[in-house]
Amino acid sequence: MAVISYIQAVTQALKEEMQRDEKVFVLGEDVGKRGGVFRATDGLYEEFGEARVLDTPLAESAIAGVGIGAAMYGLRPVAEMQFADFIMPAVNQIISEAAKTRYRSNNDWSVPMTIRAPYGGGVHGALYHSQSVEAVFANQPGLKIVMPSTPYDVKGLLKASIRDNDPVLFFEHKRAYRLIKGEVPDEDYTLPIGKADIKREGTDITVITYGLCVHFALQAAEKLAEEGIDAHILDLRTVYPLDKEAIIEAAAKTGKVLLVTEDNKEGGIISEVSAIISENCLFDLDAPVKRLAGPDIPSMPYAPTMEKYFMMNPDKVEKAMRDLAEF
Amino acid sequence: MAENRHKSLGLSDDEVLDMFRTMLLARKIDERMWLLNRAGKIPFVISCQGQEAAQVGASYALDRQKDYALPYYRDMGVVLAFGMTAKDLMLSGFAKAEDPNSGGRQMPGHFGQKKNRIVTGSSPVTTQVPHAVGIALAGKMENKDFVSFVTFGEGSSNQGDFHEGANFAGVHKLPVIFMVENNKYAISVPVSKQLACEKVSDRAIGYGMPGHTVDGNDPLAVYEVVKEAAERGRSGKGPTLIEAVSYRLTPHSSDDDDRTYRERGEVDEAKKKDSILTFAQYLREQGVLTEDKEEELNKELDQIVNEATDYAENAVYAEAESALNFVYEE
Ligand SMILES: Cc1ncc(C[n+]2csc(CCOP(=O)(O)OP(=O)(O)O)c2C)c(N)n1
Ligand SMILES: [Mg+2]
Repeated sequence: MAVISYIQAVTQALKEEMQRDEKVFVLGEDVGKRGGVFRATDGLYEEFGEARVLDTPLAESAIAGVGIGAAMYGLRPVAEMQFADFIMPAVNQIISEAAKTRYRSNNDWSVPMTIRAPYGGGVHGALYHSQSVEAVFANQPGLKIVMPSTPYDVKGLLKASIRDNDPVLFFEHKRAYRLIKGEVPDEDYTLPIGKADIKREGTDITVITYGLCVHFALQAAEKLAEEGIDAHILDLRTVYPLDKEAIIEAAAKTGKVLLVTEDNKEGGIISEVSAIISENCLFDLDAPVKRLAGPDIPSMPYAPTMEKYFMMNPDKVEKAMRDLAEF
Repeated sequence: MAENRHKSLGLSDDEVLDMFRTMLLARKIDERMWLLNRAGKIPFVISCQGQEAAQVGASYALDRQKDYALPYYRDMGVVLAFGMTAKDLMLSGFAKAEDPNSGGRQMPGHFGQKKNRIVTGSSPVTTQVPHAVGIALAGKMENKDFVSFVTFGEGSSNQGDFHEGANFAGVHKLPVIFMVENNKYAISVPVSKQLACEKVSDRAIGYGMPGHTVDGNDPLAVYEVVKEAAERGRSGKGPTLIEAVSYRLTPHSSDDDDRTYRERGEVDEAKKKDSILTFAQYLREQGVLTEDKEEELNKELDQIVNEATDYAENAVYAEAESALNFVYEE
C-alpha cells in the first residue's frame, strides 16, 4: 500500500484505465501539454499522445456534447470541466442529452461517459471557483453523481465511473487535492457506485456527509471522543442516486442525526437525505434531524472574512455535533 | 429534351427513380399523419413537406451502409433513406411499443435507430450537432472512414451548440457534414429576423470550412454538394457546411396556425416549386418516370402507407409500468 494524495489518485486512475482500455480518452481545456490547471492529467499527454489527451476549444457545451457523441459511438470519454462552476454552459447537454439518451431511445443508445470537475471552496476562489454544483444535477434520473472524500475512494470510484455504461458526474474537492493523503492498494480495484461507506463507527450521534466535510467530521469526532461523545460517520460517496439503506441504517443506529454539506442549505443533497430519514425512521429518532450547511447566498465571497463565514470547517461541525449530542 | 443532369453526377436511372420513390414515400406518410391527426387518432405531427428533396438528395450522396445520420425532427426523408420503414414511422406516430425510435416514449420526429446508425435525438434544438462531431472524432480515433451527417433548421443555427460544434470540427478537421435545411421560417419568425448575415453558409468561414448554399428543392444539386463534402470528409480534409434552401409547406406542426404570420400567396408560390412536382417533371422529361411507372409507384406506396397505418393503429402500447425501465443499464 502506497500513501498518495487525492489528486494523485485521480491521475493514477485515469492512467491505469487508459492503459487497460484503448477506448478510454481524456478531453477538456488545458488537459494536454499543461496536464490540467490542477495537474490532474499530469503525464498523460506524454504517455498517450495528443489524440487521447485532447485539448479542446474553450467551449463546455462542446466538451460535453462531443464527449456524448463519442460515447454513443462506443468510446469511453472522460471529460474535464476545468472548474465545476463552468459546467453551467454544458448543463443542457448533460441533462437533456446524457441523462436521457438511454431512456429516450428505449435502451437502444447509451452514454458511457465520465465528466470530472473540481468543486468546493476554501481556496480563495470567490464566487465562480468555489461552488458545489451537485444539487443542480441531483434530481436528474439517468445521471450518477460521485463525490469521494479519500484517495482510496477517488481511485476506486473513478475507475468504476469510467467502466460504468451510464453517464457519471465525478466531483473532486479541489482543496482536498493536495491536503488529503491516504493509503491506496497497489493492485487494480474498483468500488461500487451507489454505496455509502461508514468512515467511523459510533453509538451516540450520526453524522452523514460527503466530500471534504467527511474529514471535518472525522476531526471533530476525535475531539468529541475525549468528551465521551462517540460519533458514527457515514460518507455518502455517491450523492445521486442515494444509498437509502445505508442512510436509514446509520440514522436508526444512534437516533440523532446531523447532516453536513458545504453547499447552500436549501434544496441540496442533505435535504433529500433528511426526507429519506423522516419517511423511514420516525420511531428511531431521539432528536430532530439537523442540517449544517452554507448560508443561502449565491456563492462564496472572496474576502477572507466572508469566505470563512461561508466555508464549512471542523469547528463548525464540532459545535453542531456537540449541540446534537446534548439534545 | 432537357439536359440529363443525373448521368453526369454518376447516377443511374434506377437510382434517381429510387430517390424519387423515397421522397414520395416520405410525403405520403407525412400526409397520412396529418389526416390521422385531424381525425383525432394521433396527437402530434411535425412535417417534412417541402424538404424531401434536400433530405433524400443528401442521404443518397452518403454511404448508407456506414455513415452516421443525426437528423432533426423534419428528416423523414433522411431516416427512410437510412433504412427506417413506413411501419416504423407509423408506430412512432401512434406511440406504440414497437416503435424502434423510442418505444413510444418520444413524440414523432424524434428519430433514432442504432442498427441503421440513426442517432437518437431530443427536443431542444441543435444538441445533436456536438454529438455528430463526437462521432466523427471517435471515427477518426479508430481510423474509420465514415462521415457523420447532421441536419438542423436555419433558426437552430443560432444556438451555441452549432457554433461550438462547428468550431470543434473545424479545429480538429473532422469528417462532419453540417446541413442546414433553410425552410425560411422558425415557427413564425422569418429568416430575416434570424440571421445577421445573408446566408447561413456565410458562417462557415468562421469555422475554417467551406460553406455552400444550394437549391433545396433540387435533389440533384444537394446530392452534388453533399457528395463532394463526403469525399472531403473521408479524405481527412475536414467538415463542410451546406445550406439547402427550400420552404416549409405546412404549418410548423399540427399545433400551429401559419395563417397568423404568413400570406397564403407566399405559400402558393412556394408550392409551385415543390420538389415532389418538379423532380417528377424532370424524371418524366428524361423518360425515367413513365405514366405506367408513376401509377404503379403511387399504388405501391399507398399500399405501404395503408398497411403501415393499419399495423401501427392495431399495435399495442407499452405497459404503463415499463415507464420505469432503462433509466440506467439493467
Ligand atoms: C432550445 C429550444 N428552444 C426552443 C424550441 C422550440 N422550437 C421548436 S422548433 C422551433 C423553431 C425551429 O426553427 P428552425 O431551426 O428554422 O427549424 P424548422 O422547424 O424551421 O425546420 C422552436 C423555436 C426548442 N425545441 N428548443
Ligand atoms: Mg426553419
